[in-house]
Amino acid sequence: MTKFLDIQGVNAAYGDIQTLWDVSLHVNEGEMVGLIGPNGAGKTTLMRLIAGLHKPMSGSVQLADASLHMLPAYEIVKRGVILVPEGRRLFGGLTVLENLELGAYTRRAREARFKTLERVFELFPILAERQKQLANTMSGGQQQMLAIGRAIMGLPKLLMLDEPSLGLAPLIVENIFEIIKLMNDQGVTIFLVEQNARKALELAHRAYILEQGRVVGTGAGKELLGNDEVRQAYLGFAPAAGK
Amino acid sequence: MSIETFLQTLVFGLFTGGIYGVAAMGLALVFGVLKMLNIAHGELVMLGGYVSFWVFSAFGMDPFVSLAIVIPALFILGLILDRTVYRHIVRLLGEEKIKNSLLVSFGLTLVLQNLAQWLFTADERSIQVAYAGDGLNVFGVLMPYTRLGTLLVALAVTLALNYFLRKTYPGKAILATAEDFEAAELAGINIHRVYMMTFALGAALASIAGTFVTVTYGLSPSIGIIWTLKALIVIVLAGTGSILGAFPAGILLGVVEALSGTFIDPSYREVVGLVIFILVLIVRPQGLFVRNG
Repeated sequence: MTKFLDIQGVNAAYGDIQTLWDVSLHVNEGEMVGLIGPNGAGKTTLMRLIAGLHKPMSGSVQLADASLHMLPAYEIVKRGVILVPEGRRLFGGLTVLENLELGAYTRRAREARFKTLERVFELFPILAERQKQLANTMSGGQQQMLAIGRAIMGLPKLLMLDEPSLGLAPLIVENIFEIIKLMNDQGVTIFLVEQNARKALELAHRAYILEQGRVVGTGAGKELLGNDEVRQAYLGFAPAAGK
Repeated sequence: MSIETFLQTLVFGLFTGGIYGVAAMGLALVFGVLKMLNIAHGELVMLGGYVSFWVFSAFGMDPFVSLAIVIPALFILGLILDRTVYRHIVRLLGEEKIKNSLLVSFGLTLVLQNLAQWLFTADERSIQVAYAGDGLNVFGVLMPYTRLGTLLVALAVTLALNYFLRKTYPGKAILATAEDFEAAELAGINIHRVYMMTFALGAALASIAGTFVTVTYGLSPSIGIIWTLKALIVIVLAGTGSILGAFPAGILLGVVEALSGTFIDPSYREVVGLVIFILVLIVRPQGLFVRNG
């Protein structure tokens, strides 16, 4: 397998505070990779950095042959790297349909937009029913579906999701993870930040653990699920007695 | 007090309001998308007026026809101002951005005003077209062709802007950037390009208002600040962030000013406008014409 996204030695800061320290990780083509870690570990910063909303102080972000850290965000989107940001960030005053149309803004996506739209409506029938509704009048779950639908409209090669399950009812979370799995099965590379570490580790082929801005662990999803330290820190297991 | 007086006042209020509306849509567009207050907006109204005036004096071109020159001229000036001045401000965040935009655009106001005075002198100018005195008389209500023309063009411009923003991709990119600039970037929109085009579009709208002012009132280098203030009142009435709502809000202000000028006292014209401004801020601070209310 070839490395699709390759991050090498990235340092980044917000103002005077350094949030990422020498972070290196990679995502192979067709893979689903999870990123877990406590709040404030720098997960969102890393996602924003890959998407081009935030520039690193040093280090590199390569996508195939392109140096993403040198490019503005819209150029990164053109290359098929699409982020579903934390908190969804919909265009609240615009309709569901307008949000989806804007997801297909790049030329490549715009040419295919009618076909992609059908597909999004198949995945999320509720969006088809609510086309004319303003995005900010929908429920949290519907908004998350719209955020993912908007990202799909951009024809992602690498789909990044920052906390897609945050604040949603368990049933909706299941539904959303099914769609993410389906996208991955259809060949979209997925990079997923999740506070629901169990879910992320169950689904992902591999995962990285980020703590205080550093990568402190990595492994296959199933492997990390069985790891004692991970179980204690992220899955809510008490340390086994007598150990 | 006759019904004719009332209708006549109402109609003239509509005419004036149409100009307010067009001027205010330009300011609202820049405020809503770039999130900065361009105090120099009125100066763009003034400069647009001068372009119209000079094209009329030099070639005798009808001001409604010469819009085809005036609009592109100010659009290009808008592009230049964005590249040279405003792009440095638009990168700033939050409070720093709004403070700097106020300072810089106020400075630019002084520069443009003095430049206009130096180039065009302080003399008051206006365009007297051949049909200036003519008009329709509908049941005793006079509608001069020039005034009628400004209102029709204002309506057409509003409809065209509405179509552009809601139905075309470049327009939707502007609305998306106004809603959430980072989300717009994540959709693949080059927001700095959007900022540049939006600012130029704002300048183009100002130039249309400037042409109207030159046709129906008079033009001098010092009129800018008045138009900035009118446009500011209108966008607060409409609700900041409501771009197209600025047009009905402009009409409302024009009508209210006209009625109070006739039925209370001419000297209270401005006062009543400002009283409404304050009332709206107290009672409905989100504005009268907000779309996502």
